[in-house]
Amino acid sequence: MPENSWKAVPEVSRRAAAALAACAALALLATACTGQSDAGANDDASKETTINFWHAWSAPNEVKAVKSLVAGFEKAHPNIHVNIVGNMTDDKINQALRSGGSKAPDVISSFTTNNVGKFCSSGALVDLNPFFKKADIDPQTTFPKTMNEYTQFDGNRCTVPLLGDAYGLYYNKTAFEKAGIKNPPRTWSEFTADAKKLTIPEGDSFKQLGFMPNYHGWESTTEHYFGQFSPTYFDKSGKSDLADDPAFTAGFTLQKKLVDELGGYQKLETYRSKLGDEWGPKHPFHTGQVAMQLDGEWRLGMAEEAKPKFEIGVAPLPVPDDQADQYGKGYITGTIAGIAATSKKQNAAWEFVKYMTTDTDAVVGFANGIHNVPSTLAALKSPKLKYDPRFKTFLDIAADPNSTTSPASVNGGVYLSTIQQFGYDYESGKVKNLKEGLKKTAAQIDTDIAQAK
Amino acid sequence: MSTYTLRAKRRRAAFRTAAFMSPWLIGFTVFFAYPMLSTVYFSFMHYDGFKPPTWSGTQNWTYVFEHYPYFWPALRNTLWLVLVTVTLRVLFGLGVGMLITKIKTATGVFRTLFYLPYLAPPVAATMAFAFLLNPGTGPVNSLLEKIGLPAPGWFNDPHWSKPALTLLFLWGIGDLMVIFMAALLDVPKEQYEAAELDGASAWQRFRFVTLPNISPIVMFAVVTGVIQAMQCYTQPLIAGKVASGVIQGAGTQFEPGYPEKSTLTLPQLIYNLGFQRFDYGSACVVALVLFALSMVFTAFLMRRRGGLIQAGD
Repeated sequence: MPENSWKAVPEVSRRAAAALAACAALALLATACTGQSDAGANDDASKETTINFWHAWSAPNEVKAVKSLVAGFEKAHPNIHVNIVGNMTDDKINQALRSGGSKAPDVISSFTTNNVGKFCSSGALVDLNPFFKKADIDPQTTFPKTMNEYTQFDGNRCTVPLLGDAYGLYYNKTAFEKAGIKNPPRTWSEFTADAKKLTIPEGDSFKQLGFMPNYHGWESTTEHYFGQFSPTYFDKSGKSDLADDPAFTAGFTLQKKLVDELGGYQKLETYRSKLGDEWGPKHPFHTGQVAMQLDGEWRLGMAEEAKPKFEIGVAPLPVPDDQADQYGKGYITGTIAGIAATSKKQNAAWEFVKYMTTDTDAVVGFANGIHNVPSTLAALKSPKLKYDPRFKTFLDIAADPNSTTSPASVNGGVYLSTIQQFGYDYESGKVKNLKEGLKKTAAQIDTDIAQAK
Repeated sequence: MSTYTLRAKRRRAAFRTAAFMSPWLIGFTVFFAYPMLSTVYFSFMHYDGFKPPTWSGTQNWTYVFEHYPYFWPALRNTLWLVLVTVTLRVLFGLGVGMLITKIKTATGVFRTLFYLPYLAPPVAATMAFAFLLNPGTGPVNSLLEKIGLPAPGWFNDPHWSKPALTLLFLWGIGDLMVIFMAALLDVPKEQYEAAELDGASAWQRFRFVTLPNISPIVMFAVVTGVIQAMQCYTQPLIAGKVASGVIQGAGTQFEPGYPEKSTLTLPQLIYNLGFQRFDYGSACVVALVLFALSMVFTAFLMRRRGGLIQAGD
């Protein structure tokens, strides 16, 4: 009987089940789209045209600032109209760059510099060097050094800086006063001592934590910590320098010390799980649950908007004790803009990119609207720049010659996430031997890069 | 009839057959054969989606199996989900189905209550669960602490993240409950009466009457459950994101699998490799592994059908 019941529809069922299973697996894999990058810059930028601009900003004040930036451009170039598409993620932008078409972006902007290497090496975005040459603009004298660095890969300048982000230290002045601390810490030793003084335990948890050192503590990622140690990510032959540059050992050791001395990984993770999210008003710095925060310049506006019950102080992040003379430096990254290789309107697109990234008034106006760091040397010095006096700290960090960034790589930010993953394993105690761990991680980075080439 | 007309007739018949089969044939070619063959083809190619693909031999295969640090944890997690979650879902769905068919009053209310969670969009359901199971502030842990039980870290603890996911899947049991209920109500009453007359206990009635009658449905639930578990993408990704604190933020980089790669699944790797790393070749390798796994599980279940399906038509 059992056999009969099955055999009633044996082949069909079997085939159907097999097909179903197979389709289930394959449906997950989108078939390849072959975006062509053969579009040359043959369009006439003086003719009536409309270009698509995709960006990632979404907050109302940001959207307003983008509109005003575009309005300024359209006024200067009445024949070029810009169709704005906002709230885009990098994944969506990547897909659109591959597929092309009339609705695909001509100009893109992305919040992360992690993809620059991929964009340049794959040819997804056009090399802007010839455009800069034609317009007689020298990127080296136009943009700050670090921003100039992170927008190109292997001599291919496929992106331009469009406002920057500088990382510094936010501190709760009221909590500092209560703990008897007069000035923000300048070295990591001072920082560790202050973080401990500011930590007020409560049962198994904390009433106030001096600092959330865990790598999952939002902006306290490995690259942001390491920025203060001025590391070299890759040696001259392009191999990972993670195991050889002492900056990484120092960075990991410092963070682990902070984790251990502020309560231990597990206790901190449990406390972290109780805290509000990074982009919400209940961010633990706003609520006074953590007294110091490693963060970008945008936090000032967000924190003030949340109306905290304390005074906010801003300073550069501390530096290693043996680099005390470099106090003032920080990690720099930022938003980037580029022109899609699939665009048929590259000359018109360049006019827009040129305007929004190199026109001093446009850059200053946009920086004022978004509350980001301006991305040209001229805009950084512009008297039209409006800011809270505390914001000046970030402008100084951006202009500091010792400030660092993480370089573009052929596979984008994969090396950074590999280091970050190792950071998780090290801070949690899963990996005990730092030296061995760094060697393995460096080998992994090299393998990943070889795979991407 | 001449040979000529006979041939023409046969040709017409063949043409007619092909015409009738064409919807299936077109569907098969477009949605199965072509993607399948391209997946195999691209798994041997170096392809970033922009430049033309170039031959890379077995490099992608070696990379995925030997050097890609996420592959083995993801495979283990996917197998865990298939074995543990599917088993529990089938058992729980059957249990709830049986309970509801037995209830005499307010059946509609109970059916609705158990079915409703299934209608919740996966992202919203996962976020709600992450809120409920928040180790610090979630009501579940507050309750556990009040009654003196240990409060786990749920989505923040690598040992508890998969059980937490399983709870989420068990909560959305509505689909299975409905099909089990239909199957249970279909079991002929006289068979139960005969069994009772023979003095069968409740367990014996279930084992020798209910189970054989509903075994094709159990089989269906297992096969579809296995496929669902292997495609599992949204819930672990969202749970990991919420628990790690990275809810949004366009510039925020998030590597799936938080905490400690415990919520990684194979579909997440396909996305990560293909769409985030621009490494289509390796993504195809993972897709083929997923395909092979689906085939192995389906073949295994089909061979075992004799043990499961005992009912007549």
